[in-house]
Amino acid sequence: MSCFTSKFADELITNAAYIGTPGKGILAADESTGTIGKRLSSINVENVESNRRALRELLFTTPGALPCLSGVILFEETLYQKSSNGKPFVDILKEEGVLPGIKVDKGTVELAGTNGETTTQGLDGLGERCKKYYEAGARFAKWRAVLKIGENEPSELAIHENAYGLARYAVICQENGLVPIVEPEILVDGSHDIHKCTAVTERVLAACYKALSDHHVLLEGTLLKPNMVTPGSESAKVAPEVIAEHTLRALQRTVPAAVPAIVFLSGGQSEEEATRNLNAMNKLKTKKPWSLSFSFGRALQQSTLKTWGGKEENVKKAQEAFLVRCKANSEATLGTYKGDAKLGEGAAESLHVKDYKY
Amino acid sequence: MSAFVGKYADELIKTAKYIATPGKGILAADESTGTIGKRFSSINVENIESNRQALRELLFTSPGAFPCLSGVILFEETLYQKASDGKPFVDLLQENGVIPGIKVDKGVVDLAGTNGETTTQGLDSLGARCQEYYKAGARFAKWRAVLKIGATEPSELSIQENAKGLARYAIICQENGLVPIVEPEVLTDGSHDIKKCAAVTETVLAAVYKALNDHHVLLEGTLLKPNMVTPGSDSPKVAPEVIAEYTVTALRRTVPPAVPGIVFLSGGQSEEEATLNLNAMNKLDVLKPWTLTFSFGRALQQSTLKAWAGKTENVANAQATFLARCKANSEATLGKYTGDASGDSAASESLFVKGYKY
Repeated sequence: MSCFTSKFADELITNAAYIGTPGKGILAADESTGTIGKRLSSINVENVESNRRALRELLFTTPGALPCLSGVILFEETLYQKSSNGKPFVDILKEEGVLPGIKVDKGTVELAGTNGETTTQGLDGLGERCKKYYEAGARFAKWRAVLKIGENEPSELAIHENAYGLARYAVICQENGLVPIVEPEILVDGSHDIHKCTAVTERVLAACYKALSDHHVLLEGTLLKPNMVTPGSESAKVAPEVIAEHTLRALQRTVPAAVPAIVFLSGGQSEEEATRNLNAMNKLKTKKPWSLSFSFGRALQQSTLKTWGGKEENVKKAQEAFLVRCKANSEATLGTYKGDAKLGEGAAESLHVKDYKY
Repeated sequence: MSAFVGKYADELIKTAKYIATPGKGILAADESTGTIGKRFSSINVENIESNRQALRELLFTSPGAFPCLSGVILFEETLYQKASDGKPFVDLLQENGVIPGIKVDKGVVDLAGTNGETTTQGLDSLGARCQEYYKAGARFAKWRAVLKIGATEPSELSIQENAKGLARYAIICQENGLVPIVEPEVLTDGSHDIKKCAAVTETVLAAVYKALNDHHVLLEGTLLKPNMVTPGSDSPKVAPEVIAEYTVTALRRTVPPAVPGIVFLSGGQSEEEATLNLNAMNKLDVLKPWTLTFSFGRALQQSTLKAWAGKTENVANAQATFLARCKANSEATLGKYTGDASGDSAASESLFVKGYKY
């Protein structure tokens, strides 16, 4: 085979397909300690382990939410945490049919000689780390590569480095039983139009799939986490149907049918925008040999965070807000979202932060 | 756009889609003068223009054959020939819903420093030639790249050269209104097993689609003409269902859904083998975002040639033979072939010629 034969092959294929189950998607709750600190400070909550644990417990014990999810991406600390009654988070998730995932990259570093472009690090000892994560209950992983659009960006160097970093990460994951989510995020920052974003997205995805082929990755045991194709953050917005059309076309031109599911990132989109765009994609009548779902972080948690404010007495209301977004996105994967989700505080608020650093 | 959208874009998309219509396929009748000479000598027919014209007239006037065909690939000489009643072949085809195509490559040349690997020539003035062919009525083109399997083959050089040649040919065609059939044939010669063929086919196709993306080719306006994935010619044969599984898996891993149709070459397979394999692929219960059909030369004409043997009194019989193969393959594109086409012994004869040179 062009792809390597892993002892985990059947399991990888089963898990990747499960994550793409229509009606379900991924909660990206893998904010690093630094990043979650920014979120917590925006609601005046101290960035200590007990608060980080309390937030994740709030999310994972929301009545009715877990059936909307096929997976949750965790940060390393959370993988080993327990709920207040002593049950490991990993067990809570697994018992409800939600696969635990783990963020394995170690952030971005700049590429010298470029205009602020980056590559992602984390390959050193990755195999060993994956083994440990598998033992702890993780069954999929995530690695975020970042590209930007500019006059001369993304450069061929940035595309190549990020694509081949993703490919190396992917095959190491598969050697150790973890389904790799391949995430080549093209930032929305800029004043370019949707056509520019389309062109760059197609070029980047083509490079990714060439790299994955070169590295013998088993596509049936992977997931793709791309940006949606949209105008730049400084350009006029367009309708969800337009985003859907351009996004689907780009994916049809680059993503082989062997990939079971595409789980979109939300970037700086508001909760409501992200849901509507996903819904429009699933309504569009066009060739879609992969399922189209979500892997949202901010777009699932924004209004929940605001409602919680770090206070015990707000947990129930915060959980209701979280459930609203989970259900809305679950419907969006089926193309049945009617846009009538009770908008929580801030649900329509853009989450774009210029030049966002995780 | 990442893809070049020229003035012919809509027409290219429409033509490619039509050629891929289920129930129809392509007759590859583009044998060069030298190649058709070899066919003729095998039936003791003189290689002169009138005989070449007579053969093609026999094929193009076979009652009932046209509904099975969406296109015919022609050699340059044939593009300008007429039937004996004076009607240009091109008009005859077009009036019957069959699109004329044209072979545009100029054969292979050795790559120095390799072990007999080749690249294909024909790029010089290709644009101007395509314009002439378009005026003459052609609406699609074909260019055959050849790779072989060996201990150290195909080499990275051979893969890159052939993929890039195909991409450059493809974009030039699209600039001039012709749908390019992209043909990266991996020869069956050798004692390798089916897994080796699968690995090589996947690697080659991944390189081809990366090159097409680099050259801004509009995938919706192309067709792919690959080899089926089979054991080497010196290895034991396997069942059509096995060939179907390996072939469709390889294609699902590499061919983007934007490509409307895949038109298989028959290589050295017998007429019956080629039909049974195509049928098995269309019966396979797995998601296929492109149609699977035929672009057969030898596998459509072998028994017809023998039945004709150059004699006018044999024409009706030869045409009935040709119709039988056309119908069989038409059914195969729908997965409905029951293997009962005229039990001509010639139909089961292997058409494999070691080191076959067109």
